[in-house]
Amino acid sequence: MATAEVERKRGQLAALSIAVVVVLVGVPLWWRTTETYRAWLPVNQINELAELQLQLSVDVEVVFSRGTLTPEQQKKVPFTRTQEEAQKVDDDTTLRYRYESKYRTANIMEEDALKQPTAAEADLSLHTLSASPCGSVVVYVIPETSVLLPQGVDVYIGHRRTAVLRMGAPMSVGKNHKQLLAHLEPRITQVVQVMSFSHTDITAALSDRVRLSPGSKESLADSMRSFKSSPGYEITFSLLNPDPKSHRLDWDIEGAVHSYIQPLLTKLAPLANFSIDSQILYYAMLGVNPRFDSSLEAYTLNADSLAHVINPVEARLGSNAASSNPVLNFLLYVPDAHHSPLYIHDHQKQPVASNAFHSPRWGGIMVYNVNDLYGRGETPLPVNININMEKVMGVFLAQLRLMLGVQSSPAPPGFLVEPCGGAGLADWELDRLMWSRTVENVATATTTITSLAQLLDQIGNIVINDNIASQVSSTVTSLQLAVAELEAGNLGFALQYSKEAILASERAFFDPSLLHLLYFPDDQKFAIYIPLFLPMCVPILLSLIKIASEARQRRKLKQSKKD
Amino acid sequence: MARHCTVKIFVLLSLFNLSFLVSTNNIEDKAGQFFNSGHTNNWAVLVCTSRFWFNYRHVANTLSVYRSVKRLGIPDSRIVLMLADDMACNHRNPKPATVFSHKNMELNVYGDDVEVDYRGYEVTVENFLRVLTGRLPASTPRSKRLLSDDRSNILIYLTGHGGNGFLKFQDSEEISNVELADAFEQMWQKRRYNELLFIIDTCQGASMYERFYSPNLMALASSQVGEDSLSHQPDLAIGVHLMDRYTFYLLEFLEDIHPSSTTNMNQLFKVCPKSQCVSTPGHRTDLFLRDPGRVLITDFFGSVRKVEITMETINLSSPMEPLPERILSEDRQRETQYYVDQLPVSGIIHQVNTRTHARTRTHARTRTHARTRTRTRTHTHPPPHCSGTRSYYKVHQLRHSADSDLHTSPLSFSLEKFFHLRTFLKSPTLALVLKQQKEPH
Repeated sequence: MATAEVERKRGQLAALSIAVVVVLVGVPLWWRTTETYRAWLPVNQINELAELQLQLSVDVEVVFSRGTLTPEQQKKVPFTRTQEEAQKVDDDTTLRYRYESKYRTANIMEEDALKQPTAAEADLSLHTLSASPCGSVVVYVIPETSVLLPQGVDVYIGHRRTAVLRMGAPMSVGKNHKQLLAHLEPRITQVVQVMSFSHTDITAALSDRVRLSPGSKESLADSMRSFKSSPGYEITFSLLNPDPKSHRLDWDIEGAVHSYIQPLLTKLAPLANFSIDSQILYYAMLGVNPRFDSSLEAYTLNADSLAHVINPVEARLGSNAASSNPVLNFLLYVPDAHHSPLYIHDHQKQPVASNAFHSPRWGGIMVYNVNDLYGRGETPLPVNININMEKVMGVFLAQLRLMLGVQSSPAPPGFLVEPCGGAGLADWELDRLMWSRTVENVATATTTITSLAQLLDQIGNIVINDNIASQVSSTVTSLQLAVAELEAGNLGFALQYSKEAILASERAFFDPSLLHLLYFPDDQKFAIYIPLFLPMCVPILLSLIKIASEARQRRKLKQSKKD
Repeated sequence: MARHCTVKIFVLLSLFNLSFLVSTNNIEDKAGQFFNSGHTNNWAVLVCTSRFWFNYRHVANTLSVYRSVKRLGIPDSRIVLMLADDMACNHRNPKPATVFSHKNMELNVYGDDVEVDYRGYEVTVENFLRVLTGRLPASTPRSKRLLSDDRSNILIYLTGHGGNGFLKFQDSEEISNVELADAFEQMWQKRRYNELLFIIDTCQGASMYERFYSPNLMALASSQVGEDSLSHQPDLAIGVHLMDRYTFYLLEFLEDIHPSSTTNMNQLFKVCPKSQCVSTPGHRTDLFLRDPGRVLITDFFGSVRKVEITMETINLSSPMEPLPERILSEDRQRETQYYVDQLPVSGIIHQVNTRTHARTRTHARTRTHARTRTRTRTHTHPPPHCSGTRSYYKVHQLRHSADSDLHTSPLSFSLEKFFHLRTFLKSPTLALVLKQQKEPH
């Protein structure tokens, strides 16, 4: 009897200790070994960044030339004013625009510069006098009577960051400096909005984050046309010669690229890397048959058929296999001898001056007619033709500007904007691009990081390695720095930090190791675990139940004994 | 009475006005449809997930959709084609280098111009998900990536064997509808698509789109949960079923579409009713923001470009600058370059002929008969497209088959190789085929 008792006690002890070991050691061990490794992510900071509050500061310098200020107003100058404007885009995004304006009078050298005969020359000499850093605007105010600006033009915007504004007559403005400001401020704000950014530009840059319904067809077209911000772009120039028997084409593409395209790309270097290549394709036809127009004695392509031109050609264009950067294609098509000359007609059946068209986010095609370069006589075929690269590059440069996002919106009435000429890009246009790209980069990087954090939260079985965590942390740091620099008004640094942020965030999001592990529905998980654990758990559970029931019985006995 | 008349006149006039308004609206609509869809480029991801010869129809399905999509304008650089097995060069294909989609071998969908991006064992669930989410290793070439942006419309077509909530890949793994929905959500988070059309032709295909939760997705399936998708018709010469019913009728529908047609999605939903398909095709449009009646077929299957006329040009007045000296001098040294003789072809022919002559001396008549037989056979041999690769595979198998005791001696191995060399030395594209053999794996 005693041995049975001892045996039973030993059995109970064994069952209890096994249960204890299983619960205290086994279950945590199983939990730890089957959990996915997830490195720590700075989720709080990411959530803070998710509520984007951007402040953009512009430094504006307003210089009064002689004759614009009354003596009373002149006493107050120089002074500084700050204007702030807050706009709420949606629940998560607020924008604040800050214009810090410094008002001063012109010095002697500037006065001399403003006495030049034309505005262009004045602009050139003014540029050498003021060192306007990236992102700032300088406005020179000239009296109404000045002849610097032609009639009907109130504002002149030059190649650099300077503008010349013609003020209204002193009588209409008033003697007080408050009245002066009341007259000038809206006009200066308008100038600054053209030269740096306007609210519509910034909201368009935020389109990744906030898909607003477009205000107009033009703004939708604008947002669809330019490429999204990318660390690099590839530009390919192709010459299409469908008729090598008749035309032997010669284009000096290297020289043309070096003279005309490279200055623009060098200026855009802070924004992205560009790689250029060129090719010549023979026997490449357009996919559309042009129609012969007897009134013009030429072949025409009307606007509706242009959409079908690109696809058959694109198959032959090729691209660099090694990089994943967006490609801009610029094609120069020389029509074959039987379909020359070829003109492009727009929707109103009028010939297009440039004889070129472009497709959003793809590139452009220009048709170059050569039939007037050789007479109808007995010129032996093939005819040697030297392509006029100036004309060609003029069109391609315009298309390149459009593709890269340099805005083509018409200037407000009364504005005279100097065309950019050989440099390809005015400094203030570069500033505009930098503002919108910085905002776009910051918005995209925050969206990427926020969605990455959300995804990792939602899909529980993705492994987060340490390198991803470090990329995310560096993104957060860069973003915070970019936002700070934007607030301070240092556009160059802000762009640099935003580029770093977007590179790090893309690397973190598209890391190959972030593939979610195989998904198992819950019933399959049970099906895997039950054959492993159930045979082990059943005896333990049964013995525990037995121990518990025996303990209860003993307690009942004790109670009945007591009674 | 007079009031009645005026009312009638008023009603008539307003009706006239309305019709006029409607017609002007239509014109504006047509012009406005230009920007209605909001996409600037089109991508297509076409996946066939089954291997083995009896799943010929899945490869034919995918290739037919590929062909239609290319015809309507999407270039190869924007198509990711994944075929899990090679039917055209399968040993059991009586017509090598062809894949037919209609019985009596009417339509060869393989053709000359097929670019397969993922082939054979590269078609796995992991690779498919990596292509969709963009998480490919850095060494992946451009043609194997889905480089879509937020203005891309993507067409995804899956075919194979499926079940309730899963699709079988390669006979050894599955992708579940939850994983697919998560992949689409990841694409949406990163704005990798503007709109996405998902078509699946498998058994119980509707279960695959049940779990979608991202916006702007439209899905079509060939059968509902609990139904099987059936195949269309077998070809007695090839010996297998050539197409699935849903894809067959889908293709018939697409043959009527040309790049400028205005057919919309509502007609696509009517493709293959139960009377033709035996299964009930299903579709899901609740996640799609636009009305399907206003979505053109060519928004997904074709690639209609948006085009704008270039209105302004830049006046470049400065003449071209000469290139800096450094660049110029590098180019001066360029000289004409030639390809190295890859294989001394004439030498091999001569060598083979001498060897065969040697052979005929030892085995007199039987050998010459064999030679003539092979010679006549090569004339009617199918295009060398396939035979080269077939022999290449065979040689490859010989090299790597560990358990075959036939080819342990190097002599027998080289004899096999020599024999294959002899049979197609007589074919015209000799250099190409030989080059294929020589390519390292």
